[in-house]
Amino acid sequence: MEAQQNNLADGQHSDTHSPGGAAHGSVKEYVLGLIISIVLTAIAFYVVMFEVVSPALTLAVILVTAVAQILVQLVFFLHMNTSSEQIWNTTSAAFIIIIVGILIVGSIWIMSHLNHNMMIGH
Amino acid sequence: MSSKANIVTEPDIIFGKLTWDVIPFTDPVILPVMLACLLGGIGLFAFITKMGKWGYLWREWLTSVDHKRIGIMYMIVAVVMLVRGFSDALMMRAQQALATADEVGAGYLPPEHYDQIFTAHGTIMIFFVAMPLVIGLMNIVVPLQIGARDVAFPFLNSLSFWLFVVGALLVNISLFVGEFAATGWLAYPPLSGIEYSPWVGVDYWLWALQISGIGTLLTGVNFFVTILKMRAPGMRLMQMPVFTWTALCTNVLIVISFPILTVTLTLLTLDRYVGTHFFTNDLGGNQMMYVNLIWAWGHPEVYILILPAFGVFSEVTATFSRKRLFGYTSLVWATMAIMILSFVVWLHHFFTMGSGASVNAFFGIATMIISVPTGVKIFNWLFTMYKGRVEFSASMWWTLSFLFTFTIGGMTGVMLAIPAADFVLHNSLFLIAHFHNVIIGGAVFGYFAGFTYWFPKATGFMLDEKLGKLSCALWTVGFFVAFMPLYILGFNGMTRRLNYYDNPEWTMLLWVAAFGALIVLAGIVTQLYMGYVSIRDRDQNRDLTGDPWNARTLEWATSSPPPFYNFAKTPVIHDRDEHQYNKDRNTAYAVPESYEPIHMPRNTWCGIVMSGFALIMGFAMVWHIWWLAAFGFIGIFASVIIYSFERDKDYYVQVDEIEALEAAHLVHVNPQGLRAMQDKKSNLEA
Amino acid sequence: MTTTADLQQQDQAHDHHHDTGGDTVFGFWIYIMSDCILFATLFATYAVMSTSFAGGITPKDLFDLNFVLGETALLLFSSFTFGMAMLYAHRKSMPGMITWLCITFALGVGFLAMELYEFHHFSTSGASPQTSGYWSAFYGLVATHGLHVTGGLIWMLVLFAHFKRDGFSKANMVRLACLSLFWHFLDVIWICVFSVVYLMGVL
Repeated sequence: MEAQQNNLADGQHSDTHSPGGAAHGSVKEYVLGLIISIVLTAIAFYVVMFEVVSPALTLAVILVTAVAQILVQLVFFLHMNTSSEQIWNTTSAAFIIIIVGILIVGSIWIMSHLNHNMMIGH
Repeated sequence: MSSKANIVTEPDIIFGKLTWDVIPFTDPVILPVMLACLLGGIGLFAFITKMGKWGYLWREWLTSVDHKRIGIMYMIVAVVMLVRGFSDALMMRAQQALATADEVGAGYLPPEHYDQIFTAHGTIMIFFVAMPLVIGLMNIVVPLQIGARDVAFPFLNSLSFWLFVVGALLVNISLFVGEFAATGWLAYPPLSGIEYSPWVGVDYWLWALQISGIGTLLTGVNFFVTILKMRAPGMRLMQMPVFTWTALCTNVLIVISFPILTVTLTLLTLDRYVGTHFFTNDLGGNQMMYVNLIWAWGHPEVYILILPAFGVFSEVTATFSRKRLFGYTSLVWATMAIMILSFVVWLHHFFTMGSGASVNAFFGIATMIISVPTGVKIFNWLFTMYKGRVEFSASMWWTLSFLFTFTIGGMTGVMLAIPAADFVLHNSLFLIAHFHNVIIGGAVFGYFAGFTYWFPKATGFMLDEKLGKLSCALWTVGFFVAFMPLYILGFNGMTRRLNYYDNPEWTMLLWVAAFGALIVLAGIVTQLYMGYVSIRDRDQNRDLTGDPWNARTLEWATSSPPPFYNFAKTPVIHDRDEHQYNKDRNTAYAVPESYEPIHMPRNTWCGIVMSGFALIMGFAMVWHIWWLAAFGFIGIFASVIIYSFERDKDYYVQVDEIEALEAAHLVHVNPQGLRAMQDKKSNLEA
Repeated sequence: MTTTADLQQQDQAHDHHHDTGGDTVFGFWIYIMSDCILFATLFATYAVMSTSFAGGITPKDLFDLNFVLGETALLLFSSFTFGMAMLYAHRKSMPGMITWLCITFALGVGFLAMELYEFHHFSTSGASPQTSGYWSAFYGLVATHGLHVTGGLIWMLVLFAHFKRDGFSKANMVRLACLSLFWHFLDVIWICVFSVVYLMGVL
């Protein structure tokens, strides 16, 4: 009972942020995020499916659109920002991206050298 | 066991691979242990039943979400597993001392049994002794140091503990039902693949580590949130006690490294159960990817173990030098530098496996760099002691022994960090001596120092100081006698994990090492006796003030053992050494005007029940009993869903209960203040 | 739901255990960060094994980008519809929220059905998890994402029951916020999957 009363009170100013950095956006934000995501996805699939540019450039387009779309979704769908409620979420995400980079790049680097020296795949 | 190792039956639909033949009734080494455990278990069960304590155990301990009780349970399991893991060590030392030269298959252990023993020793000591000691200490200390009521997610804490227990149980069940892995503690494929390890040993290893690893991951998330979000008002990050800082960094490392272990174990499981080709010899599998991934987890794991020990030494040194810690800021930054660097050194575990000059050079240099912040810390502790009034208590003995032992271990580590040297020393007994030098001399001595230091806080009475110092002396001497010969043997070319050898010159040193292990045994026996004596004489050793060491940080401001809500009033923090700050200003143990009800989580059945299903699932998966595994799996999720619908998850502690509990403490530390408050209250009532 | 005595007590009590709701969402975020590492490990494995065909069938022979575009669309729209459900939840509009969640659920089931069909199609075309290191890594990565989606769908069902019983209680809002983070996160992972596995796989 009490919980519902509190929630009703909350509802009067519904664009405040929820606790713990779980912000929620607006219709405009979600629609904008959706449209940009559709465009970026379409570009990536288009360059691959119709082979419009060289393979190297295609690869670059795939990577750029992927990174762009991830950022768009983080901002528009997951509402990440540098406000005080969100700062630990954003910091931890930045830290994790570094670790993910170390792990993936390190593994590929190490394993390519190992495969080369051990003549795997030759 | 030797005759059973080749049994691979076609899995039965009801019993999987399980038959009566898998229990080693005829093995002369295992049978007595099995009978002893069986009798001991029955005895314990009968004793608890006779005392009528099952209800108490269930309500107050097994279902507890209190971080202090969970911490104590971690400690108990760790001590039990230490005895098991150390028995394995003694058996190995005995085998190598006896397995002399000219007889092939010498010694008293058949090879496949010996292989299981060294695998079990490594697995148990890291996962089921060192990890629970770390997590147990964090449980007991961290919420108290930051002035919190409990951890952020008390139910998850209980679940983590019981999942860890499931892992420990699976390892111990493997002793009596089937076999354990015979692959070394990290189970490199293709040896651990289905082709070369066709029976259940590796499966026990996989499921024990997988289940307890998930528990550890939950602990990491839990404590990370606890430390970041639940500090008492006023406590800035740079005011956290150093143990809390090291715990924070350790939990960051847990959160970012344990998922790698989860995936690596899962991929090996898939190779063994459904015939995928991640790490197989054929069809594009790549065993080196396993080695790469397991060490991408494994190296941060080393720092997960050592960082909290560094935190313990910082607290102990400051307390017993009666000084503020020297260079707090540099110590914190050194800890964070280690946290980051520990993620870019993992290749040094496999320099010799073909990665070539540029890769080896990078990881060799990174490894040498990581020793710099570690060296910074050594100087922090030395300068804290410098010009201090050092009191040589038992925990200080462990600390001094650590400083000496660990520095030697660190230096041999820097030697191994040179790839060219590593090509000579890799997988030799030199390596074994090195990592025991840092893990025993660094991590384990730290846990023992912390155990001695915080024991009165957790239980309310002191450990016997004399026996503590004696056990420290025995451990230290025993360590050097046991492991210095291994450095020499490593230089002489003896590799690790040898079941027998044909070089008679090694025998003498192996006898010395075995003798050293016996001295360590004396140290462990002394510790167990110390536990017995301290519990027997607990009434003479009560810690009534809650601050037996005249210490500096917040956990000593409350009673020993602390009330289940930790602090009646949430403290407001002014200083890094908050308790010392208050003692200096005569504001410690202030009696508040009045108390207010405290919101606390209720104990819950869900953690232990979920883990029970996890045990069923793990055991069933090991033995390929698919229906039972499905039952366990569904049980796990059904339990958590049912729990999510429960309403009665928390309650309020009433003011009169708090008043009574606080008065029992205040009467020892601030009798005048207490009397004044009681007088005032009775006046008001009149 | 709560007795009068409880309510009185809660009014008196200022000394709360802690801010459970906010910490729970933050804790869940940290879990998601660890899940990032889990997927990173699988991506690293996939990258290392990206040419380990063992002379067998290759992704170029099998991948159909039109099909993947369909899967991508379903998941992207489901991420959007979950956002809509969140907006209605914050306005305390039960019909709105349930409608959007149901659409999200249907899109998720559609995605999963397409993925299962694809796996079945690949397996019967000679590319099963046992075929080669590459295909082991492919199934390992893509199926782990699929299992997460399955978990999210089951969670959504449980959440319907929670909302049916307690409405927009604080606990339910926290649960919804966590699931929303999870669901959006799965779409972010899918961006990496279609870019690295499917698009680069046919280059």
